[in-house]
Amino acid sequence: MNSLLSITLTEMNTASFSIDANYHLDAKVPPGPLEQKWQHFKSNSRLVSPANRKKYHIIVVGTGLAGASAAASLAEQGYNVSTFCFQDSPRRAHSVAAQGGVNAMKNYQNDGDSVFRMFYDTLKGGDFRAREANVYRLAECSAHLIDQAVAQGVPFAREYSGYLANRSFGGVQVSRTFYARGQTGQQLLLGAYQAMMRQVGLGKIKSYSRHEMLDLVVEDGMAKGIIARNLDTGELGRYAAHAVVLATGGFGKIYYLSTLAMGCNGTAIWRAHKRGALTACPSWTQIHPTCLPQSGSHQSKLTLMSESLRNDGRIWVPKRKNESRAPIDIPEEERDYYLERRYPAFGNLAPRDISSRAAKERIDAGYGVGKMKNAVYLDFKDAIHAQGKETIRKKYGNLFDMYHKITAVDAYQSPMLISPAAHFSMGGLWVDYELGTNIPGLFAIGEANFSDHGANRLGANSLLQACVDGYYILPYTLPHYLAALSGEPVPSSRSEAFGIAEHEVNNSLQQLLTIQGTRTVDDFHRELGKILYDKCGLIRSENGLKEAIKEIDELMGEFYQNLKIPGRHDEMNDELEKAGRVADYLEIGKEMCIDALSRNESCGAHFREEHQTPEGEALRNDKEFQYTSCWKYDKQKPMLVKEPLQFEVVTPTERNYK
Amino acid sequence: MMRFNLKIWRQQNPKDKGHFETYTVDEVTPDMSFLEMLDKLNEALIIEGKSPVAFDHDCREGICGQCGVMINGRAHGPLNQTSTCQLHMRSFIDGQEITIEPFRARAFPVKKDLKVDRSAFDQIIAKGGYISVNTGQAPEANHTLIPSEQVEEAFDAASCIGCGACVASCKNASAALFTAAKISHLHKLPQGQPEGPFRVKQLVKAMDDLGFGACSNTGACEVECPQGISISHIALMNRLYFKT
Ligand SMILES: Cc1cc2nc3c(=O)[nH]c(=O)nc-3n(C[C@H](O)[C@H](O)[C@H](O)COP(=O)(O)OP(=O)(O)OC[C@H]3O[C@@H](n4cnc5c(N)ncnc54)[C@H](O)[C@@H]3O)c2cc1C
Ligand code: FES
Repeated sequence: MNSLLSITLTEMNTASFSIDANYHLDAKVPPGPLEQKWQHFKSNSRLVSPANRKKYHIIVVGTGLAGASAAASLAEQGYNVSTFCFQDSPRRAHSVAAQGGVNAMKNYQNDGDSVFRMFYDTLKGGDFRAREANVYRLAECSAHLIDQAVAQGVPFAREYSGYLANRSFGGVQVSRTFYARGQTGQQLLLGAYQAMMRQVGLGKIKSYSRHEMLDLVVEDGMAKGIIARNLDTGELGRYAAHAVVLATGGFGKIYYLSTLAMGCNGTAIWRAHKRGALTACPSWTQIHPTCLPQSGSHQSKLTLMSESLRNDGRIWVPKRKNESRAPIDIPEEERDYYLERRYPAFGNLAPRDISSRAAKERIDAGYGVGKMKNAVYLDFKDAIHAQGKETIRKKYGNLFDMYHKITAVDAYQSPMLISPAAHFSMGGLWVDYELGTNIPGLFAIGEANFSDHGANRLGANSLLQACVDGYYILPYTLPHYLAALSGEPVPSSRSEAFGIAEHEVNNSLQQLLTIQGTRTVDDFHRELGKILYDKCGLIRSENGLKEAIKEIDELMGEFYQNLKIPGRHDEMNDELEKAGRVADYLEIGKEMCIDALSRNESCGAHFREEHQTPEGEALRNDKEFQYTSCWKYDKQKPMLVKEPLQFEVVTPTERNYK
Repeated sequence: MMRFNLKIWRQQNPKDKGHFETYTVDEVTPDMSFLEMLDKLNEALIIEGKSPVAFDHDCREGICGQCGVMINGRAHGPLNQTSTCQLHMRSFIDGQEITIEPFRARAFPVKKDLKVDRSAFDQIIAKGGYISVNTGQAPEANHTLIPSEQVEEAFDAASCIGCGACVASCKNASAALFTAAKISHLHKLPQGQPEGPFRVKQLVKAMDDLGFGACSNTGACEVECPQGISISHIALMNRLYFKT
């Protein structure tokens, strides 16, 4: 069995990637018992004295929860910070769209929660494909985030008594989710944004909105700054600093139809990758089970309906194929509550990857509902009956309103139609325990990195991760890096490395403009999205992935022959912006497929058809694949570097939610 | 399938004088969003070698506040409490003429076509639209009990998405609703009160300095606000301001 597997691996090597067994990756996990590691780091880390901090310049790209919280916290300590975002205000980063909630181990409900349990839930949720020490720290730092957010004025939901309220979320059996109506992300982000703007007002942060990072500048092996384009004028600028932090969010928009904002992109991390930063598990994408289904080819995005709805909504499909009756006319005994049937212990709150696959299984088997037969029902009938319409309105009113706005259907009367959509990138830039990439001086935080979520992220854990990275971890680990620079001046942006980077960016923009073919950027993006959704989405297979790689290669070829962008580079040009992102997406998509192909097992959201249990669940292969797949850039043949995952405290088990 | 005549404001850059141009889009379906209809127009313009219409948008789910245009003279179009990105073509009548213009205000210069510069809003917040608490300083969250109705009231104000529809629909181009919402959000929470007087003074001054007009209580802003934020917050702002 083993030798067979290694043969297939070797065969594939020659085809699409190679393995670098000598590359040494240092995860920098501190010594000592799990629960003392973070304390150990903090007690032993280097510090910069208050008087010296203003001499250090830090660039933070991205002003979502991760970037804004990091920028504010570092500026409060006295560092000079510059922030960048592509929207017209830092407050519009896509963190703003998170609805359901943020997890924290407060155990206010006295229902058995603990740091260890939260750590274990997260690690198990991620199918034992994350670093123990990082995950433990996430749980450990979670409680204080709630204190910080409340102090900033985040209006979390409360009981009548005035105490903070909680709800439960998928994949866990305690109530540890804090929420602010269905706008938790907006409220947390406003807290972080306001903290950041306070520092802007105090002159400690310089904020560049409508500036897109288009390259990382690396000199003597260290990150020294970025090249950014002013999206309003088209002007390129050089920005130098002692350290660069990428907090650029997820790239799930690569699937075109996704729950992400239109501008979300992988450009910043991809350009850093091309300059030497390793990616990790780029293909691990969370497909969210409760989104509005696609209704036609014009569609530009799929709106998420918060997972919190699964607390009270029951998911079902008709027992009969091609059912034509309206849902309210289908009697109880002719409905298949397939999640409750398959996963009695967790029922409608089964983790996302499992719920999404279960939906896809029913839809593919011909039980889908709706105009395009691509959806399942999410029904509130029983909850309204048991709790009353008012209670349901209070809990989810804005979500029901949103559903009504988009579909013109009243979900108090008739069940919602939902279907799976691309949502979250577990994969991203590889980081060590200190959130540093393999390029000294380059850090990655929030959704942009691969760290805590393993092969599947639990709901309400990523707002947490973005905040914990930005408020509590980077403000310790980045100064630890800066202190070792012992007073070096700010790098010069007139250096050769800056010159080359700027020149290359300029050339690539010009190149895109000169093609003048016949297809729009969106047209290419849609095609790429479809390839990835079909072949590197919920279910993957060796053949499918190989086909996808071929198709992407062809599409990339056509892109550089037949793309059409109007306008010039030295002016505002939305199509040019999008084209740069799609050019990167094509390359990322290919690396995703290679990543998925190289992992001959199923784990979490990475479901390889060839590897499943008789009941159709993901079948891990710990013996061969208990490692993080890190990738070194090469346009033709990326190189795989393995970071072995060692479990000292927990024993990986089969993820069972039955 | 529906068909529409669009009359759209075109302006190359901030210096250009700008003008209206008319376009026809057909094969529009009722469940297309308004922005998807513009996407369709733009794809056609690009293929014809013409310059697409620049408009702002990002989340397309009514929460980031990046979108916003005047549609037939109304900020965010015909529906109440709905941002431009959440508007669907089923809200229009087949064959109708639709006039699309940028949000106009002295403090919001047009950048290109339908995009305006709303950075003045960030500048207002930077002057005091926050609670001054450094990372790490916060006490245990449940030490301060806040009755749920009080939090909900604060939330009503905090839900502002910063789109600028209030400014665009005000004949004085006042930012009173935006500013008052932030003051009110923070004032209604105990943790925001110590800085209250400072905040009101700072924000009101910033609003004036940045070229926004004065509020004359017409209430037009409240009608167009996609979050339904009430002008009662303006009254609260005024009360707090006169107290300082
Ligand atoms: C619809 C939706 C609902 C969600 N709900 C929840 C939830 O309930 N609970 C939960 O825990 N998680 C949720 N998530 C996930 C969570 O919101 C995100 O993972 C998290 O907010 C990411 O934060 P971030 O700071 O890493 O990135 P973002 O908030 O995406 O910020 C990215 C920033 O990077 C900037 N940027 C990107 N590229 C560039 C570039 N090249 N140059 C300059 N700037 C750039 C952007 O302008 C932006 O400021 C949800 C996600 C979505 C899409
Ligand atoms: S695009 Fe975000 S609110 Fe409309």
